Amino acid sequence: MAQAAAVAKPPAPPRRRRASATPRRLPYLLIAPAALLMLGFIAYPVISVFYYSLQEYNPTKPWRNGYAGFDNFVHIFTEDPLFWDTLVFSAKWVFVEVGLQLLFGLALALIVNQTFVGRGLGRALVFSPWAVSGVLTSAIWVLLYNSQTGITRYLADLGIGEYGVSWLSDTSTVFPAAVVADLWRGVPFFAILILADLQSVSKDLYEAAEVDGASRIKQFWHITLPHLKDAIILSTLLRAVWEFNNVDLLYTLTGGGPAGETTTLPLYIANTSVESHNFGYASALTTVAFVILLFCSMVYLRLSKFGGESK
Amino acid sequence: MITKEAAPATPAPAPAAAEPPRPVRKKHRAWDEAPRWQIYLPLGIYLLFTLIPFYWILLFALRPAGSTSLVPWPMTFEHFEKVWTDRSFGTFFYNSVLVGVATLIMTTLVALAGGYALARFDFRIKRGFMLALLCSQFVPGALLLVPLFEIFAELQMINSLGSVIIAETVFQLPLSMILISNFIKNVPYSLEEAAWVDGCNRFRAFRVVVLPLLRPGLIAVGSFAFVHSWNHFLFALMFLNNQEKQTIPVGLNTLMSADSVDLGALAAGGIIAAVPVVVVFAFIQKWLITGFSAGAVKG
Repeated sequence: MAQAAAVAKPPAPPRRRRASATPRRLPYLLIAPAALLMLGFIAYPVISVFYYSLQEYNPTKPWRNGYAGFDNFVHIFTEDPLFWDTLVFSAKWVFVEVGLQLLFGLALALIVNQTFVGRGLGRALVFSPWAVSGVLTSAIWVLLYNSQTGITRYLADLGIGEYGVSWLSDTSTVFPAAVVADLWRGVPFFAILILADLQSVSKDLYEAAEVDGASRIKQFWHITLPHLKDAIILSTLLRAVWEFNNVDLLYTLTGGGPAGETTTLPLYIANTSVESHNFGYASALTTVAFVILLFCSMVYLRLSKFGGESK
Repeated sequence: MITKEAAPATPAPAPAAAEPPRPVRKKHRAWDEAPRWQIYLPLGIYLLFTLIPFYWILLFALRPAGSTSLVPWPMTFEHFEKVWTDRSFGTFFYNSVLVGVATLIMTTLVALAGGYALARFDFRIKRGFMLALLCSQFVPGALLLVPLFEIFAELQMINSLGSVIIAETVFQLPLSMILISNFIKNVPYSLEEAAWVDGCNRFRAFRVVVLPLLRPGLIAVGSFAFVHSWNHFLFALMFLNNQEKQTIPVGLNTLMSADSVDLGALAAGGIIAAVPVVVVFAFIQKWLITGFSAGAVKG
């Protein structure tokens, strides 16, 4: 694919000038709709978040609105235990989710990449939760976890556990319960991306390895995994950002509870702005979250040597 | 599960060589020789994990309220009728379709134009623009809710589906544009040049030569946009206060956050939410893999 891209790259300006019908403005015209939309609805809101983060801004208490300097930030780092709690929980959530999703997704992709009877159907079935929304996932797992007619009732019928147990309202079980629900939906994402990347491993390499008598596990470590490296780095990064930012599932499944046990930082921010209307403070929290994300992403790309050697 | 691959290969002479030009189809022989149980056993276990939740929601949707039977028999559609009319899921469904289709069309068209410029031209702000696209991936839409709300209030678009369509499109755009520009890069430039020589103008050359080759990629991107906007919840929750205008995920959330959840209605609502994406998914699954392997992840 890299070769194809190289071929396609327009070699030099003079050649393009031959297409006389092409005004020099054309590329700008083509990106204009996208650029305008993004300026208006991403760049401008981001800037206004930065602006509000320096303000005391609460529509329900307009008499206190005004420039606040770095007060909001000072408050976050010195007087807000909820910030630290939710940040730690976010890190834990992202780490556990992305790690497990990658592990199962990789295994699943390797399995359905084999040739076997029923492969098409098997792929379609294991990938299907990918298309299910966070809210629908919550709905499904609320049905599974509910204390009266959920899975625990039937397990109790079999003598496992007790009747009337609700995993989502017990602080000791809510985390694994939510993790499993999100895994159900998240694993197919990795499986699909990795399977797509597996299609481009040169099979000559495997043939050569086989001639040399390399075992399957060796082939996996020395051929497959290096090939997948960039795809894995990029997909884990995108997924981590996504898992950090996404509030659909936890918002609807646990609402951040019980007792704030499953509140991520973005959920905390959403509550701060939507429920207590403290926009200024929520904006400062957003800014901090954004900086943390950007910093972690850069460190991750650097440490993982993305795009380096292996190619 | 990875260790499943650990078993020593039992190399058998591969029966290939007869099937030349379809590289995507070709499998690595070494991997083909896994004992069958090493495929079916983990796959079967995983399938249970995948399918039990689906079965569970079907069960709740189809069995009468109060039943605890593990098979949906006698079957009833009372929950569907209730949700569709009493809980306005008919209206929500219509709104969601509208938002999904509009987002699909807008995302694909705008991303196609931008993707073409990125793939085929060098222009001054190109690097900066690419960087902005990548950075926007880190901007959490959920955290921009307040300023976005104010913008739409300014534009008098609160409670209009247009606000959700725009917001969904904007957050779909960066990735869609990067994907499409990669797909276009994979189409040799010489094909277009040949068409110009034959007297096509740039647009016609694009339409006749490039567009047909982009089909798998466009299907992947378009269905992505549809499924995302169909599923997405926060924008609709924030920008649409009027029950008449709300979408399916908001309706589901309302059912879930009721004081005593009507599980049958929730399940039926969930099925209604799932049907379109499952249909789209079944239809595009094949293209999804090829679409992605055509250069998506590599960037």
